Amino acid sequence: MKYRPLARSTAALAAAAALAVAAACSSGGDEADADTHTWWDPYPQHAEDSAWAERVDACGEEAGVTIERTASDTTDLTNRALLAAQEGTSPDIMLLDNPAVSTLADTEMLTTMDELGLDVSGVDENLLAAGVVDDQAYGIPIGANTLAIYYNADILTAAGVDPASITDWATLTDALAKVTGNGDKGITFAAIGTEEGSFQFLPWFWGAGADLRDLDSPEAVAALQLWTDWLDAGYAPNSVLTNSQNTTWEEFLTGEFAFAVNGTWQVNSAAEAGFATGLVQIPGMDGGAAPAPTGGEFIIAPAQADTDRYDVTRQIVECMTTPEGFVETATTFAYYIPPTAEGQEALLAAEPDLEPWVAAVQEAKGRTSDNLGTDYPKISEALWTAVQNALSGAATPADALAQAQSDAEAALG
Amino acid sequence: MTTTSVTATDRASHGAAGPAPAAPARRRRRPPGSASTWTAIGFAAPLFAYLAVFYAYPLWRNIELSVHDYTVRAFVLGNPEFVGFEKYTEVFASDAFPTALVNTALFTVVSIAFQYAIGLGLAVFFHSNFRLSGVLRALFLVPWLLPLIVSSSTWAWMLNSDHGIVNSVVQSFGGDQINWLTSPGTALTAVIIANIWLGIPFNLVILHAGLQQVPAEVYEAASLDGASSWQQFWRITFPLLRPVSGITLLLGFIYTLKVVDVIWIMTTGGPGNASLTLAVWSYREAFGTGQPDFSPAAAIGNLLIVIALVFGFVHVRMQRSWEKS
Repeated sequence: MKYRPLARSTAALAAAAALAVAAACSSGGDEADADTHTWWDPYPQHAEDSAWAERVDACGEEAGVTIERTASDTTDLTNRALLAAQEGTSPDIMLLDNPAVSTLADTEMLTTMDELGLDVSGVDENLLAAGVVDDQAYGIPIGANTLAIYYNADILTAAGVDPASITDWATLTDALAKVTGNGDKGITFAAIGTEEGSFQFLPWFWGAGADLRDLDSPEAVAALQLWTDWLDAGYAPNSVLTNSQNTTWEEFLTGEFAFAVNGTWQVNSAAEAGFATGLVQIPGMDGGAAPAPTGGEFIIAPAQADTDRYDVTRQIVECMTTPEGFVETATTFAYYIPPTAEGQEALLAAEPDLEPWVAAVQEAKGRTSDNLGTDYPKISEALWTAVQNALSGAATPADALAQAQSDAEAALG
Repeated sequence: MTTTSVTATDRASHGAAGPAPAAPARRRRRPPGSASTWTAIGFAAPLFAYLAVFYAYPLWRNIELSVHDYTVRAFVLGNPEFVGFEKYTEVFASDAFPTALVNTALFTVVSIAFQYAIGLGLAVFFHSNFRLSGVLRALFLVPWLLPLIVSSSTWAWMLNSDHGIVNSVVQSFGGDQINWLTSPGTALTAVIIANIWLGIPFNLVILHAGLQQVPAEVYEAASLDGASSWQQFWRITFPLLRPVSGITLLLGFIYTLKVVDVIWIMTTGGPGNASLTLAVWSYREAFGTGQPDFSPAAAIGNLLIVIALVFGFVHVRMQRSWEKS
């Protein structure tokens, strides 16, 4: 019988180990502590001592709680949000990339802005659309950005191209012919096989009048043909197929490229470039500005078991979405255009140079709009695959898009 | 290396006592239900708990994911519909399946063949222990020590169509620009080249260690008999390395089968599906798009497990037949 104590202590040890494992697993975030609110955002570049983190803290203090902020990158954040929702450990507040909002809303893990008691009537409809499912808003955009074409003014002057002459696809292609004829490189963009590829293709796709429900329409083929022709003619480098938007921008900053498609977030970097830069809106096929897709995050509130917490959550969201708050967010992120008319006015008063971007954002279109919602990610995958197949020469634009349409239909069931 | 020593001790113990009498003798000392049995169970319990939590549960969960239809909504609400083997059928019927299967086979076989051949060549080279061989050998381990994201990104830059160093060398010799990563014809070759470079150190280290086990007297005797170094390699080194080679190839096979990062960073499986392997496909379904599709991803993952398992059994069988002969 002298083994008994040993056996007991072994069992105790095992139990202790199991407890430790369990504790380690669950320490993820279900502290139902009334004094702290949890906050997840996709900005790991803003460390704990950054202006952004201080703003978040300040909004918490104003509402009388401490905010516990965790930052991770966008894709990771969406996956973690799903896991947390499944385990019932969702944060109180989350900032999430706009096309993911409808996906999360569909899982019933988000509260509506109505439930929280927030008024969204002031938010521009085209920007709010990405967060609306069945007439219910599930979040508020904290700022929006979109795409336009940056140009290298030195190269354009040397080639005798007037940026104001670029009003449709034909004039843009002419400009490309002139700059490449003058010995410079033409245009660079991101056609990588991820969501970024679709994001960059959409202005051309929509600018041709194509619809995401109908990927193989003649308009869609025209848009993809435009890109393919640019590659074939040497107006765009072959590396666009693996370019992310950041790589594209690095290419542009070398000063070798006349044009680059990129977003609002490069405004500061463009101003600091070693050459003069300028901006034109992405033109539609037959003129006018093409609708570019909106980028940017929504502030959303995952549902909590303890609904008493919503009151503080509402106060924090309100603090982040005042006109002054929007302007602060805009400058912190160089630049997010505020989603409300009031916010846009306040931003333009402080930064009049951003006028073209405010105009672009007002024209922009949410990727999950047109009631696409959770269908969008599947359509988008088919679309960027078609872009890859056409640009790499694996298929003609028409065949690639026909394949994409049948893939999208199969994926949507 | 480990396997050889284990089999050696095995054989030794078989020779000394034989397996049959040893086991019952031990059993007699421990009647079932006694305190010492409980102690034994107590000591084994943490291990079983560990195996259950970190091996059995994930495996079971992966199977469970693949036989249900886990949409994002069902994943969060926990009410997926049971669909049996429907997800597997979908995977097999998909246009991407034959491409992914052929690419996986090419990627694995070609990578391993080159990794093993180059690794063995280098191991034999370093076995002769010349001056600075230690330093050089250490340098060859660099690819292994670098984080994969660093080496993959570097390869992606080097193979860039327009301003990569590889193309600038090709063009300076009068060649045409090769669109390594962006043309459907060369994307798979490009990722295989990068993966071979990454896998050489692993083969080098294990095979080099295996070479230390070959007794020097055998070579001595062979050279006395007038065997050339080529003959020594094929008649002595290669056959005596067979168990080590076997395990190196098996481990290499399993590692290569599940490579995601290198391909994902360099081409994301593209352009289109040109460099898509089963592992990359599984990752793409689960995490590569805006909407996670866990069920088909799990089905592909299970398929990979089965493939690895089959080759594991083949290895065990082959080893047994070698031991018999």
